[in-house]
Amino acid sequence: MDIRIRGIHKSFGSFAALAGVDLDIHSGELIALLGPSGSGKTTLLRSIAGLEFPDAGAIFFGEENIAGRPIRERRVGFVFQHYALFKHMNVLDNVAFGLRVRERGERPPEPLIRERARELIDLVQLGGLETRYPSQLSGGQRQRVALARALAIEPRVLLLDEPFGALDAKVRKDLRRWLRQLHDKTGYTTIFVTHDQEEALELADRVVVMNRGRIEQFGTTDEVYEQPATPFVFDFLGNTNVLSGEVRGRELFVDGQTVPIVTDTIHAAGPVDVYVRPGDLRIADAATPGFDATIHGTQRTGPILRCTAVTAGTGRAIEIEVPHLHYDTQALRAGQSVRLRLGQFSVFARSDAVAGATPRDAPLLIGSERQRSRLG
Amino acid sequence: MARSIKRRSPHSVIPGFGLSLGFSILYLSLIVLIPLSGVFFKSAQLGWHGLLDVIFAPRVLAALRLSFGAALVGALINAVFGTLVAWVFVRYRFPGKRLFDALIDLPFALPTAVAGIALTALYSTNGWIGQYLDALGVKVAYTPLGVIVACTFIGLPFVVRTVQPVLEDAEKELEEAAASLGASRLQTVTRVILPAVLPAVLTGFALAFARAAGEYGSIIFIAGNMPMVSEIAPLLIIIKLEEFDYAGASAVAMAMLSLSLALLLLINGLQVWARRRTANVR
Repeated sequence: MDIRIRGIHKSFGSFAALAGVDLDIHSGELIALLGPSGSGKTTLLRSIAGLEFPDAGAIFFGEENIAGRPIRERRVGFVFQHYALFKHMNVLDNVAFGLRVRERGERPPEPLIRERARELIDLVQLGGLETRYPSQLSGGQRQRVALARALAIEPRVLLLDEPFGALDAKVRKDLRRWLRQLHDKTGYTTIFVTHDQEEALELADRVVVMNRGRIEQFGTTDEVYEQPATPFVFDFLGNTNVLSGEVRGRELFVDGQTVPIVTDTIHAAGPVDVYVRPGDLRIADAATPGFDATIHGTQRTGPILRCTAVTAGTGRAIEIEVPHLHYDTQALRAGQSVRLRLGQFSVFARSDAVAGATPRDAPLLIGSERQRSRLG
Repeated sequence: MARSIKRRSPHSVIPGFGLSLGFSILYLSLIVLIPLSGVFFKSAQLGWHGLLDVIFAPRVLAALRLSFGAALVGALINAVFGTLVAWVFVRYRFPGKRLFDALIDLPFALPTAVAGIALTALYSTNGWIGQYLDALGVKVAYTPLGVIVACTFIGLPFVVRTVQPVLEDAEKELEEAAASLGASRLQTVTRVILPAVLPAVLTGFALAFARAAGEYGSIIFIAGNMPMVSEIAPLLIIIKLEEFDYAGASAVAMAMLSLSLALLLLINGLQVWARRRTANVR
């Protein structure tokens, strides 16, 4: 079911939870709504479900505007963070609930309901646990019951509100992978909410990054990670170093250095912020265009050496990740001065430049010394 | 060596099990068990036949029937409307909610005689409510109906106060889940919410029933106390005491005690059953 959202607004008192959201979701997609708490992602999901009613805007399921329809007429499968299973019903009765409450004309006969429920219980790999009660199941099992229960009504869209939020890390990872497989098998249009960028990037086809009631960026996982549209998206999707820079013509001067980085992809002039991930700072020889920094401390975490450092020009604290494979990390120690080269980076107009002239979130300029080779 | 370690009794993290259990039993004995067993000893003076004669006297039977019957009806009324009141308090906001919430506890706190006099004044044939009911041909004061009214009055807080926290705990998400699965409001209430609060309703019902069965002060004013019609068992005990018929009084008391115990055990069993259905693991 294609879902189109047009100009959704929703306020709680004076707080604008959704401030004009437009979104086009294709049938069969797996979409992540990603953002910090208070960004409006849950409100958006609940508006699609019919658990919240937007103050303005339209929501189309296919050609039908369902914005004013109550949830029970929308046929959406909703999975809650804390499962919301019916505690006095066993697994089978929970899954069968959606079929049993149908009106008499539409309700399948009882044997068929039980058969359908059993199929779904098998689908979520809980065969044999039909007569268990929710209190006798683990968190991961409960969430799978909740999923089977939502699938029983053959929903037009499947909505999951932080489905793995209440589970521990290991179970969360397994369930995530399993949900992806289930989605590929069943093909339901699925939207899930998460504040975990790793979860969003691993699971989703496309990611909606939200902040303060607006969509910052909507794109494939590669797009939002490799070409963040705004500083917020860049910052939210991983660790971030912010360097000061200046663009003159096609030359980018980072951290007050005199050696410019030449690039064709920057179309701006004046002071800029250079956003770069710790893993995209590479230690290089002194002749390479880049900037200098002094190592402050090092910490080994698995295959990566994490260094904290201070830039030579403007004295900013930065973080560098050096893979053992690519550098003799033994040689790095505190107090040492190194030349750093930029791998992939994004350039945004300086936020504290002329006030109002370049709003932080508006114009974006993406630069990359070497396009798209993130390992080299 | 190994044997000496084995012989050590496993110690609980919380010390003083022996002491605290001993104290609990002593305390229960002093406060509950010994006075109650006194009832049995006193009534034993009558002998088996004498005891049965007292209990099965028509006047005593009628009083027992009224006490337990009215308490049962009152508790049933409270189970329904108390749950409704709790629901309203939990789910809705309205002006004066906190004041009403405090009012619920009034039957707990009010001296029972005050409650009885107030109810009598209201429901007697020239009282505020009684005069209109009288016009409709319904007599409340000085009839068994009055006893039921008093039983309902004193039992209300028990149901409200036991159901309220359970309803507060019941996640709103359960209702949302039911609605998302296509359930109507009525189906959500009957299939999801009521089963979840049923054990609490039963607890409240049991408490309200127990309280009303033994109630004295608030009933005797409104009941009118006509033998065979509106005379409750506790009053009969007082009457027998005033006649210095201590054994007879304790015989009636023993009948009440046994009936109460049996009914409470029954309700307890029901609660266990209902709780097993909702939680299943305990």
